[in-house]
Amino acid sequence: MKRQTILRVVSKLIIPLILLFALYVQFHGDYGPGGGFQAGVIFGAGFVLYGLVFGLEALRRVARPAFVESLIAFGLLLYAGVGVVSMLRGGNFLDYGVLAHDPVHGQHLGILLVELGVGITVAAVMITIFHSFAARGDAR
Amino acid sequence: MSTILGLYNYWVVIVLMMTGFYIVISRGNLIKKVIGLNIFQTSVFLLYISMGKVRGGTAPILDGGAETYSNPLPSVLILTAIVVGVATTAVALALIVRIKEAYDTVEEDEIRELDGAP
Amino acid sequence: MTLLVCTAVIVTRLRNLFATVMLTGIYSFLGAGWMLLLDAPDVAFTEASVGAGISTVLMLATLALTTHREKRSEKKQWLALLLVVLTGAALVYGTLDMPHYGDPNAPIHTHVAPRYIEESPEEVGVPNIVTAVLASYRGYDTLGETTVIFTAGIAVLLLLRRRRESRRRGAEDPR
Repeated sequence: MKRQTILRVVSKLIIPLILLFALYVQFHGDYGPGGGFQAGVIFGAGFVLYGLVFGLEALRRVARPAFVESLIAFGLLLYAGVGVVSMLRGGNFLDYGVLAHDPVHGQHLGILLVELGVGITVAAVMITIFHSFAARGDAR
Repeated sequence: MSTILGLYNYWVVIVLMMTGFYIVISRGNLIKKVIGLNIFQTSVFLLYISMGKVRGGTAPILDGGAETYSNPLPSVLILTAIVVGVATTAVALALIVRIKEAYDTVEEDEIRELDGAP
Repeated sequence: MTLLVCTAVIVTRLRNLFATVMLTGIYSFLGAGWMLLLDAPDVAFTEASVGAGISTVLMLATLALTTHREKRSEKKQWLALLLVVLTGAALVYGTLDMPHYGDPNAPIHTHVAPRYIEESPEEVGVPNIVTAVLASYRGYDTLGETTVIFTAGIAVLLLLRRRRESRRRGAEDPR
């Protein structure tokens, strides 16, 4: 598919927009529709598109499989870490009110971090699953 | 008549559910079964979301001008369910790939014969 | 809605798997459109990107690794059809008790939801009520769900990882 000029050029134009849109959806999840899952899936889909058009080797150079696999765990640890930190500061597990100087700000901070963790995990899982399927086909 | 109009959306969803169910139990090809399961899942999501709508409401995002909001709770549940659904589908498809490599077929009856089941 | 039903029925009949995968993508997309009409933009978003995007790509990858056509089924079709019709009839009988579409006095709209809608501006301060409920009021469930996604990713890795340097073709143990 590398030879198809139209696909290549259009993907090069669109993939940055896709990734940017994913980041927008992630951080504006509070004010409009969106949030961690949607952003993670869209981010992952951007990378999958890159892998489909430019080949698996190019995808492997941009997103090293070992790094992406460790990101899967990192997102989940971030989420659980927020919970543990709120326990350490005196509240219950995942009680965001104690994270900042007043409860509403604490909620904002907590939601932001938690959605970030979810988004990272979902994006990394999508990229990893695609890579596993494609690598299996390559090696046959 | 108003009963039919009021319940019409549930019946459409039930038809979709039954189509998905039919695909799962009547087709032998494993990939077709996974697709049927996917159709079933999506129709269940539609059922819940259609239950959450309030006539005259808007999307549950707090906005200065809106009077009534549709129910946010089904959205929350279904959001979770959708991503869990894709995760399950991915694992199912990975299993199918391995089955194909081990048995060289994805038809259920051929796999049964190869396994030697009675 | 009729389009959805037509797409689903066509998926049953077709035997060319490539076409069925494409139609499944269309089905998800139409479902997302309907969800948008039902005032659930978050869910429509997720369903469109997940169903019409990732799911389709994964199914196509599976097709590339397995087969393209389905064998004509020799099993008895009428038994399955009978079972499906009976289950459908039982479900329709069950819906006769359910609240009508869009009714604001339905039980689900009068107990828990008004509390979330009214209290969340003061307690959480985030305009998107769905995110507020998902990440704050029901944050523990979301933690569990992220664990499920994590587990699915690990499961696919375990099933499909292959160390190409150390395996020879045909000598691999399928387990």
